[in-house]
Amino acid sequence: MIFLSNYIYYIGAFGLILIALYILLTRHNLIKKIIGLSILATGVNLLIIAIGYIKEGTAPIFSNPNLNPQNMVDPVPEALVLTAIVISVAVLAMALSLAIRLYKHYRTLDMRKIKEQRW
Amino acid sequence: MSNIRMRNIIGLILLFIIAFAVILSIIEIPFGIPKTTVGNYYINNGIDETGAVNIVTSVVLNYRGYDTLGEVTILLIAALGLGAVLGTIKRKAKKEITPSSVVLSTGCKVLFPFILLFGSYIFLHGHLTPGGGFQGGAIIASGYLLVYLGCAKRRINQNRFKITESLSALIFLIVGLLGLVFGGYFLLNFLPKGIPNTLFSAGIIPIIYIAIGFKVGSELTGVIDNLIEES
Repeated sequence: MIFLSNYIYYIGAFGLILIALYILLTRHNLIKKIIGLSILATGVNLLIIAIGYIKEGTAPIFSNPNLNPQNMVDPVPEALVLTAIVISVAVLAMALSLAIRLYKHYRTLDMRKIKEQRW
Repeated sequence: MSNIRMRNIIGLILLFIIAFAVILSIIEIPFGIPKTTVGNYYINNGIDETGAVNIVTSVVLNYRGYDTLGEVTILLIAALGLGAVLGTIKRKAKKEITPSSVVLSTGCKVLFPFILLFGSYIFLHGHLTPGGGFQGGAIIASGYLLVYLGCAKRRINQNRFKITESLSALIFLIVGLLGLVFGGYFLLNFLPKGIPNTLFSAGIIPIIYIAIGFKVGSELTGVIDNLIEES
C-alpha cells in the first residue's frame, strides 16, 4: 500500500500512456488512432508534471509575499508541459485535417481498406 | 477473425515489454521531493532577474524564450499546413443552414463579448496569475467557436485574422530584436522591471504575452474555421 500511495500519480499517468499505445497498435479506425495520440500526449504531460511535484507544494507564483520558496513545485516541468500541450494541439489539428482528406479520397476511415496505409 | 486476435495479443506483449522497461526506470525516481537545482535557482532569483511573480511565465518567456519562439512557429506551421491540406478541396455549394432558435442566438451574442474580455484578462495578467498568452488565446478561440455553433450564419473574415496573426508574430520578433539592439542578445528584457506584483511590471513579458494571445486566438479560430467548413 505504501508503494501504491507513493507512486499513484506515476502509475496513473503511465497507465494512460499504455492505454494510448494499445489503441495506436490495435485499432483500425483513423479517428480512434487520433484519439489515442491525444491520450498519449495527456499521459506524457501528466507524467512530467508528477515528476516535478513536491509534497504539499504550492504553484510557483509569488502572489502572496508570505509564501515559502522552499515549498514551491519545480517550474521547469510546468513550462515544458505548457509547450507540449500547444504542440499536441497542433499535431491533433494536423492529424484531423489529414484524416478528413483521406476520407474525402477513399470514402472510408478504416486503415485496412486504404491501400497505402495497410496495417 | 483470428488475424485480429493475433494482432491484439502481439500488441499486448509489446506493451508488457515497454511497461516492464519503463517501470524499472521510473521506480528509481522518488515522488514528491525536489529534484532539480535549476528549478530552485529560478524560484529564488526569478523575481529579481525578470520582475514577473509567476515563475512559470518567467521561465517560458525569459529564460527559455527561444523555446517559446519555436513553439509559436510550430503552431503557425500547423495552421498553415491545415489550410494547405484542406484548402485545396473544392468548396461545395453552401448547404442549407437551419437558423438557430432565438434563445440560442441571443445567448451567444450576450456571452461572446464576455468570453473575449475573460480571454484578454487571462493573457494580460500572464505574469501575475496562472495563465498567459496560450491559455487566453484558447479562450478567445472558444468564444469564436460559440459563434460558429450558436449563430449559424456568422462567419469570420479569414484575411483579417491572417493579418492579426502575422502582425503579432512580427511584434514578438521585433521585441526580441530590440533586445539585440539595446543589450546585445536576442529577447533581452530591456524595459524597466517595475514593482513586482503590479500590472505594469516584468519588462517585455506582458508585451510578448499580448502578442502571443492575439496570435494563438486568431490561429485557433482559423483552424476551427477550416475544420467547420469541411464538415
